[in-house]
Amino acid sequence: MPTTLIQPEFLVEIDYDKCHKCGRCVQQCGWGVYSFNERPFPDDTKCRACHRCVTYCPAHCIKIKKNDLALRDNANWSAEQRKNVWRQAESGGVMLTGMGNDKFYQSVFDHLVLDACQVTNPSIDPLREPMELRTYLGRKPDSVEVESDGKGGYRLKEGAGIAKNVKLDAPIIFSPMSYGSVSLNVHKSLAMAAERLGILMNTGEGGLHADLYPYQDNVIVQVASGRFGVNPEYLQRGAAIEIKVGQGAKPGIGGHLPGEKINKEVSTTRMIPQGSDAISPAPHHDIYSIEDLRQLIYSLKEASGYKPVGVKIAAVHNVGAIASGIVRAGADYVYLDGFKGGTGAAPAIIRDHIGIPLEIAIAVVDQRLRDEGIRNQASIIAAGSIRSSADMAKAIALGADVVAIGSASLMALGCHLCQGCHTGCCSWGLTTQKAELTRRVDPEWGAERLTNLVHAWSHELQEILGALGVNAVESLRGSRERLRAVGLDAQTCEILGVKPAGL
Amino acid sequence: MTTTTTGPIEGYIQTVPTLTREGETVTIDAQSVYYKYVNEAIRAAIADGAKSIVLNNVNGQRYIGTGIKGADITITVNGTPGQDMAMLMDGPTLEVFGNAQDGVGNTMNAGKVIIHGDAGDVLGYGMRGGRVFIKGDVGYRVGIHMKAYEDLRPIMVCGGKARDFFGEYMAGGLLILLGMNSRLEGPLVGGYLGTGMHGGAIYVRGEVEPWQCGKEVGVFTADEADLADIKPVLADYCECLGMNLEEVLSEPFTKLVPVSHRPYGKLYTYL
Repeated sequence: MPTTLIQPEFLVEIDYDKCHKCGRCVQQCGWGVYSFNERPFPDDTKCRACHRCVTYCPAHCIKIKKNDLALRDNANWSAEQRKNVWRQAESGGVMLTGMGNDKFYQSVFDHLVLDACQVTNPSIDPLREPMELRTYLGRKPDSVEVESDGKGGYRLKEGAGIAKNVKLDAPIIFSPMSYGSVSLNVHKSLAMAAERLGILMNTGEGGLHADLYPYQDNVIVQVASGRFGVNPEYLQRGAAIEIKVGQGAKPGIGGHLPGEKINKEVSTTRMIPQGSDAISPAPHHDIYSIEDLRQLIYSLKEASGYKPVGVKIAAVHNVGAIASGIVRAGADYVYLDGFKGGTGAAPAIIRDHIGIPLEIAIAVVDQRLRDEGIRNQASIIAAGSIRSSADMAKAIALGADVVAIGSASLMALGCHLCQGCHTGCCSWGLTTQKAELTRRVDPEWGAERLTNLVHAWSHELQEILGALGVNAVESLRGSRERLRAVGLDAQTCEILGVKPAGL
Repeated sequence: MTTTTTGPIEGYIQTVPTLTREGETVTIDAQSVYYKYVNEAIRAAIADGAKSIVLNNVNGQRYIGTGIKGADITITVNGTPGQDMAMLMDGPTLEVFGNAQDGVGNTMNAGKVIIHGDAGDVLGYGMRGGRVFIKGDVGYRVGIHMKAYEDLRPIMVCGGKARDFFGEYMAGGLLILLGMNSRLEGPLVGGYLGTGMHGGAIYVRGEVEPWQCGKEVGVFTADEADLADIKPVLADYCECLGMNLEEVLSEPFTKLVPVSHRPYGKLYTYL
């Protein structure tokens, strides 16, 4: 009987005429593809096409190709579906994977185009004129009371009670990725970059490592159902607090960090024993209603001296009503995570089939909150596969205040989207806790690359704003009149509040 | 005191209540005062050097003791406190002369909570340290996700009966159910006892039926070593709540511990 029917997905070809026999590929591969006997021998079955060996081969003699085995064409049963049936027949297990949804769904972003000024109202040249990207995360007052300052001007009235906001120098933050799912050097890179950029990183649900304390003013601390690493001190440290209810990649299911990834450092930060699974149950068992959520929001405010408290949810069917409840429960921001968002580990079936596109979610939440007259009471953060500054601009035009980038920030650090995060063998040293791999990311190098990425997107966003003839990112927020749809159906256009191109 | 109508809720006093101070003891009259101002008064008194806070006429005010630090602080609650009492509390001793509601000791870090009555649902959620002693009955989902870490070991003792999901997802610490001071009909504990448990230990004074237990727990009769472990805790409990230790120990205890630290380790196949 064959042990497996699954054939290797990739073929590793080495041009031995060029090969230096230096063994660097053996050293660099986290998946154990290579063995060495006078020259490297690849085991194709282990290759995930992460290109670590290709990048580091001094002779450039490694090629990774798709294993193009012909299977009989079948429009109903894709090759992948057939393989998955074999895989599950062999294992009986739930298929676990990493990163975001890789199935084909029509991308709404790719069917939206932005406006530009032409003859009648001038565009703005961002190279010469100031272009404001700064924005503030948090609850804005319904009205502002001012009083005379006695010098002919005005000042805010004493005791106006404006809620704390967090200043962001660009409308981009780094998505929550927990220490445990990613390495400490990734967390350090994100924190250092956030500080330099005047933006925020987010701890995710694994606590805040002591090495990140110096950056605490640029950190959102997350509270999830597992409460890992959550204590009063942790809440005192964050610039803002986030309650994690859902994640775009796996709506409705909890977090689960396998025991293999919980080494001493991770265990210290999460405040749980080494080697034991870290399970965040799917529901917070103290939140069964909007009233319960309000209770948690205000208890966290009480414990932290009334810092902004946000709520992260996955984009799902009734997201407008859910977001309205969240804002009415007292949240200072709503974090919407679309169904293409990444993850360190999720059942593939959940990742690929549950949730709704981010673009739709932003539009309906923004509209719902406006209709109810409470849009000012909370910021909206949009995340879940923001791939470029164009996606960012479109998300803001649809109604987001800020976008969050997770997959893109990992790619800035070398990720090739091989989807093997859940194995803990990441060759790039990102989603692993193995010391020999994690040291491959130098936080200084990482912070520089992340800073470059955000700077680049910021400049591009300034160019877009200039073309639109607005000089502040907040003027673009929710300005759907500046978007047009190309090739979207009428109902989707209606839900998005976007006209088709030509109108 | 004046009642203002500006603010979140009509009919509550929304100014910081007056404090009466005698030495290191501060007394606060919480009658009709909105929770935010009660808690502000507590924090201000502690910042001002008070070591003992007495709250009178408490009636449903939330978050009492939430986030309060200091092992030398005692808070006495006369009346019925509201939800999430002692959430994230870090050190103080909080004593309630009455019943408590839901969420007592949520994510609590250290300290002691003594309740001379019953308490509600979701007690000690994600609790990491300290002790919660309840004299009477408790509700549903008690001790969910309690977790121990190094020298922190959360301990909760409930003197009455408990409902479903007692100790669900428990990851560490000690959860004891006595069934002695109950006003409830029916079994000692509901169903789904210790479901998803992967650390810590649950002790029940008396016996549990197989149908009540989650499949992740192993059920044993507590032996000498187990009793030696819980005896000091029960002694402390009896002292705090005026009960008799010998009487508590006169019945055999059932011990429930997780079968695995990785209950779901074999559930997956990797893509």
